[in-house]
Amino acid sequence: MKLTPKRLGWLKFTLHVLCFSPIAYLVYLVLTDSAGGDPVQYLIHFTGMGGLNTLVATLLVSPLAKWLKMGALLQTRRLLGLYVFAYACLHIGAFISLDLLFEWTLLFEEVIKRPYILLGASGFIILCLLAVTSFKQVKTAMGKRWLSLHRSIYLLALLVPIHFYWSVKSEIIEPSIYVAIFAGLLWLRKKQIKQILLRR
Amino acid sequence: MANNKAFTRGIRQQSQWQLPDNQVTPEAVFKDRRNIIKTLGLGALGASIPGQVQAGIFDLFGDKPATPFLTHPLKFAKPEQYQPTQALTPESKVTRHNNFYEFGTSKSDPFENAQDFSVNPWALRIEGLVDNPLTLDADDLANMFALEERTYRLRCVEAWSMVVPWVGFSLASLLKKVGVKSQATHVAFETLFDPEQMPGQRNRLMGGGIHYPYVEGLTIAEAMNELSLMAVGLYGKTLPPQNGAPVRLVVPWKYGFKSIKSVVRIRVMDKQPPTSWNQLAPHEYGFYANVNPGVDHPRWSQATERSIGEGGLFSAKRIKTLPFNGYGEQVADLYASLDLRRFY
Repeated sequence: MKLTPKRLGWLKFTLHVLCFSPIAYLVYLVLTDSAGGDPVQYLIHFTGMGGLNTLVATLLVSPLAKWLKMGALLQTRRLLGLYVFAYACLHIGAFISLDLLFEWTLLFEEVIKRPYILLGASGFIILCLLAVTSFKQVKTAMGKRWLSLHRSIYLLALLVPIHFYWSVKSEIIEPSIYVAIFAGLLWLRKKQIKQILLRR
Repeated sequence: MANNKAFTRGIRQQSQWQLPDNQVTPEAVFKDRRNIIKTLGLGALGASIPGQVQAGIFDLFGDKPATPFLTHPLKFAKPEQYQPTQALTPESKVTRHNNFYEFGTSKSDPFENAQDFSVNPWALRIEGLVDNPLTLDADDLANMFALEERTYRLRCVEAWSMVVPWVGFSLASLLKKVGVKSQATHVAFETLFDPEQMPGQRNRLMGGGIHYPYVEGLTIAEAMNELSLMAVGLYGKTLPPQNGAPVRLVVPWKYGFKSIKSVVRIRVMDKQPPTSWNQLAPHEYGFYANVNPGVDHPRWSQATERSIGEGGLFSAKRIKTLPFNGYGEQVADLYASLDLRRFY
């Protein structure tokens, strides 16, 4: 099957629906007061999982494109990547506004003292950089440097599952599965990673 | 003890725990219920899917368990000193936001998975270094001791808290009844082990990696402290399963995981018993586990807590965590000679 522009359009539309519907569902849960006894924790966890899953999807695109020999698939990466950013913004926004209630001193104490929050914060900085440089014009202007910057998504794929793993009380099985998935996704890119490491 | 006798009824009345005959599932049907499901060929499939996933599937078809567990009103006194001084957490949140890994690790799992839990018959055995070992059945739990309502704040180690009106009797009154021997130093508690009824005990993914049965412990002095409560109810009614039916411990100056649920065994000992969270992660959860804003969890701060009250997302509030969860006046002297940084 060939990925014609029309089919690509439909694929993008489907991905938008898939990525956005959990957010709509979350808004519905919050508005109907059915997000559990502690909606703040629910919201933070939900958006965190959204970010994780969209990141997995983003990192799946290029291996899939290679495997299916469908170069045009790569055009869905920006869309997916920006959803990772959107979920991360909601995740951190909920943490700062609803959990910490804008107590900035507490935030800095938490970031410095808690390794898992430090990892999450570092990951978010990377995501911000990737998001602001995701526009076509910026990409062209940056030339070669764009690719090296955007390869820092590999670092993100390392930080994010550890952030999840360290944040739970004892239910390590689910985060362990994610650690394994991300390890697999990085394994598929061992060539590129070797390149990056050798060049420096 | 004479005090307790006054509450023992002369005539055996219909217990608050018992269902009327017409509501009882015939034994044959009850015993065969799993086979009925298995014959449908869903047993193996169902058992392999953790509860969260199952709940997710059934959410689409209306998310509430078909028949909620039946609770019954209790009779109790309302001692002045235990009446609420702060807003209560609504009952709907107390009964739907629970950590009870035997029924799944997500906060909504216990409510979703525990409604069929059977609490009658029940046997709570008090044994070990006692003069008169005793077994309490479901009836005794409601009738043997004078029940009272006590509103306590429950502070979870995950840095959230609730204010709950419990109904129960003091652990001290139970221990006095059985008579504690002089060499006793500790009291061990154990939750029911019943993988048939508790999916978290048969599936590691659901049970959060805890080694079951869940066990907890107190020193004798802690157990004899007037605040230590054996709760059999909340909000004036018998406990629902997700909150630890039919009987649970409540030690309000300690993190919530010390307040063990659905207790079947209390053993008086002369050494410190093992405790479940301490076994799982000794550097994160100590034996004492007193609420202490000055000693952080290695991975998060214990200085403040999110107070779960009325309202939804935007009414969340964060309060300062108090030493001993605000019960220092009653318990601080228990630890006068203890370095609470070392014995967290």
